[in-house]
Amino acid sequence: MSYIKPKVTHPAIAKNELGFTRRDYEGSISTLCAGCGHDSISAALIQACYELDLPPHRIAKISGIGCSSKTPTYFLGASHGFNSVHGRMPSVVTGANIANKDLVYIGVSGDGDTASIGFGQFSHIVRRRLNMLYMVENNGVYGLTKGQFSATADFGSASKGGVPNPFDQIDLIQMALQLGATYVARGFSGDKKQLVPLIKGALSHPGFAMIDCISPCVTFNNHEGSTRSYEYVREHDVPVVTADYVPYAKTIRVDYEPGTGTQVKMHDGSVLNLHKLDEDYDPYDRKKAINYLLDCQEQGKIATGMLYVNPDVTDFHDIMKTVDEPLSSLNYDRLNPGVEALESINASFR
Amino acid sequence: MSDLNRVNELVLRFANVNGSGSASANSLIAKSFFRMGLPVGPKNIFPSNIQGLPTWYEIRVSEKGHTGRRGSVDVLVAMNSQTFQQDVADVVPGGYLVYDSTKPLNPHGRRDDINYIGLPLTQITVAKYEQARHRQLFKNIIYAGALSALLGIEFEVLCDLLGEQFKGRDKIIETNIDALQTGYDYAAKFYDCPLPLRVERRDLVGDKILIDGNSTVGLGAVYAGATVAGWYPITPSTSVIDAYTKYAEKLRIDPQTGRRLFGVAQAEDELAAIGMVIGANWNGARAFTATSGPGISLMSEFLGLAYYAEIPAVLVDVQRCGPSTGMPTRNQQSDLMACAYASHGDSRHVLLLPSTPKECFDFSMLAFDLAERLQTPVILVSELELGMNDSVSEPLTIDPDYSWDRGKVANYEMLEEGFEFYRYLDIDGDGIPYRTYPGTHPTKGAFFTRGSGHNKYGGYTEKGPEYQENMERLLVKFRTAATLVPPAIIEDKGRPDAVLFFGTTAEVMPETLEELQRQGHLFDQIRLRSFPFGDEVWQFINSHERVLVIEQNRDAQMRSMLMIEGDVNPAKLISVTHYDGMPVTAEFLVATISGHVDNGGSRQRLSA
Repeated sequence: MSYIKPKVTHPAIAKNELGFTRRDYEGSISTLCAGCGHDSISAALIQACYELDLPPHRIAKISGIGCSSKTPTYFLGASHGFNSVHGRMPSVVTGANIANKDLVYIGVSGDGDTASIGFGQFSHIVRRRLNMLYMVENNGVYGLTKGQFSATADFGSASKGGVPNPFDQIDLIQMALQLGATYVARGFSGDKKQLVPLIKGALSHPGFAMIDCISPCVTFNNHEGSTRSYEYVREHDVPVVTADYVPYAKTIRVDYEPGTGTQVKMHDGSVLNLHKLDEDYDPYDRKKAINYLLDCQEQGKIATGMLYVNPDVTDFHDIMKTVDEPLSSLNYDRLNPGVEALESINASFR
Repeated sequence: MSDLNRVNELVLRFANVNGSGSASANSLIAKSFFRMGLPVGPKNIFPSNIQGLPTWYEIRVSEKGHTGRRGSVDVLVAMNSQTFQQDVADVVPGGYLVYDSTKPLNPHGRRDDINYIGLPLTQITVAKYEQARHRQLFKNIIYAGALSALLGIEFEVLCDLLGEQFKGRDKIIETNIDALQTGYDYAAKFYDCPLPLRVERRDLVGDKILIDGNSTVGLGAVYAGATVAGWYPITPSTSVIDAYTKYAEKLRIDPQTGRRLFGVAQAEDELAAIGMVIGANWNGARAFTATSGPGISLMSEFLGLAYYAEIPAVLVDVQRCGPSTGMPTRNQQSDLMACAYASHGDSRHVLLLPSTPKECFDFSMLAFDLAERLQTPVILVSELELGMNDSVSEPLTIDPDYSWDRGKVANYEMLEEGFEFYRYLDIDGDGIPYRTYPGTHPTKGAFFTRGSGHNKYGGYTEKGPEYQENMERLLVKFRTAATLVPPAIIEDKGRPDAVLFFGTTAEVMPETLEELQRQGHLFDQIRLRSFPFGDEVWQFINSHERVLVIEQNRDAQMRSMLMIEGDVNPAKLISVTHYDGMPVTAEFLVATISGHVDNGGSRQRLSA
């Protein structure tokens, strides 16, 4: 069940540049468990879209199946949403994006949806360089079917019944880097301050942006012995590079310790100020990022933050050489080759 | 031995080795008959292989217009030693066998009742060409030249065709014509040319074209305004997307920028291909995919979503021989039920069943209009035989005033003027609701698409009556579909018995019915062109005592669908099936049907 929230707001409530309040970016009331990390991610998405002044109706939110994939109902109620088939969100976004390159695409998926049933589609959407935010709400378990391990669960992490996971995990961040994603970040649903700028940067990135967001399952994976509990993640979280998103024409001065700050200019003129907490880390070097992540994994640390970015990207539409206008906006006259062309085709078959 | 003595009625078959370059020489011959004004039916009978396995190419020339497969061979060009014995056995008494006489004839291939025409092809090519590849390729052109002399094919026609094929490459044209001439001269010198079995120019094809159905499906998608194709390669459907891409690259380029007014994505599998199609259609573009039976199996989950969430989608299923991998380069009509009832839960889909390349074009365009009008998947169910082989077809035409039908879409103006939009509400009584494209209006018209239970307002539901009300509306919509799809083609002269058929079976039906009539068996006929079935189908069946349901699958799937969908007495539906993977022949149908009738018509099931 989903409920509609009352839309009564205080007249003095803050509005963004489009005149929308934060409430205008909300959706129906969540039906997930109280305290679910996914609800925090929804809240961060709402915050990011509001602060970016994105018109809600120009956003398309598309998901697969699972707890995470239910969440598009709970944010951006004024946007079109599509809760599709298990593991197949990437193909639906691909088609939608080819049809209309002008919308902002938020793909929402979970660890089962992406790392198991949808692993193939995930790999190929990264390869395709689709301009979108791919958000994985990663809790390491199958919630709706009551707590089976997912493929992202750490080796040795205990199930609610105390059984350790006998299989190695799939690290989606490392996969995304290997496959050529140009914006790769890991968030933690318990750290909204870190997550909101990561989402804003991802939505402004003109290519494929992936956020793997650790999002504890309060019902099936928040116990002692689990490596996806709030407590464990807080203890082992190693923020590597924090990001501050600065929109175009709103350049603000941010103070950094010398040598640790760096700026990424986005295609729309906005700026992502990156703050390196580990001096040795280089968020522009894909190979080093992969090595760093492997080291963290060995040491049982969870590296979070802006892990890799390459603002100089080629989008799928560049590869396909499509026209600037959305294909869905072309009228029949633009698309109809005409009777004469058909006549000459006929002639070529005589 | 009596030689075959006929003009413009013959079956010519080439037996070749796959990958030896024979296809272009063989299709050159097929096209030359067509250029001489003769109805022609070429069939490529090929293996699932790139190189080395046997392949055949069969051309039927028929002044009477009987271009379907006949089932026997008058002239066999035997260029494959692996299949030589079987090839020799297939020639009708009095027929001709053309072989490479460089070596003595294989004694196992010796028959007393056929004529042997030896051409020393290896000897000629070894003497004439240095490169091994040229020796192989020109062997084919040399036998084509010999056939020109033997069968009376106008030499100038062959030269013209080569000139068109290699336009601008004069050296290649010259070399090929030289090879043709070599073959022609040899045959003319050593044999009485033309043979008593031969062709003569007629004026029987008018403005018709010789084209394959996959090309016309692809062209139909271009003319329908399809802008997105998501696909995964699979025989025998790949050439649909090839044709769409080829023509779109010519006809759909923005003149100002040189950029494409279309997008084609080769998917990682068929699941992704249909996912892309659904995503693009949901977002307001016309999108399609092409696949074959194994792809339909993989797409079934998404088809259920598109049916239930009511998203337009166009699929082309070029059927091949199943089940499983089956015989992937052979023909069948065996995906009917898989397409009609694809997916779990109560779901059903609109099917279009073309019989000719022209119909492939028309139905391809229509599929997009229907999919958007009905907001549901439409599957164009073609066949390998129709899709990959050339057929003589009416030329492709469009109404100059045609414009696409996008169906019920609430646009910005409607929403602005207060149109009360609810995604699954039937306000017109035809079962079809309104939809909106994402991004249309800042505050109105957004909805949430889901495959989970929903009510008529588009909201999530787990309430039984709300769910059921929506499912009932989908049945109303399907009844509307039955009034919009192409009606069956009927010839009803009040006879008690009738034949019912569809797809490529249509090609052999005129010949079949003429021969049955000659034997005194008269039938009315109905050719189905779509599913759901229209009222005309039920009226026709109800007004006949017996209806022979002819189809190219084992399980009589169309007969089952008629029994499922209509209030029909199953006893009157006599099943005639043919499913060995080769296109059905008139000979088979005549023998099966007349045998049935002569035996008092007691059997329910007739097959090979």
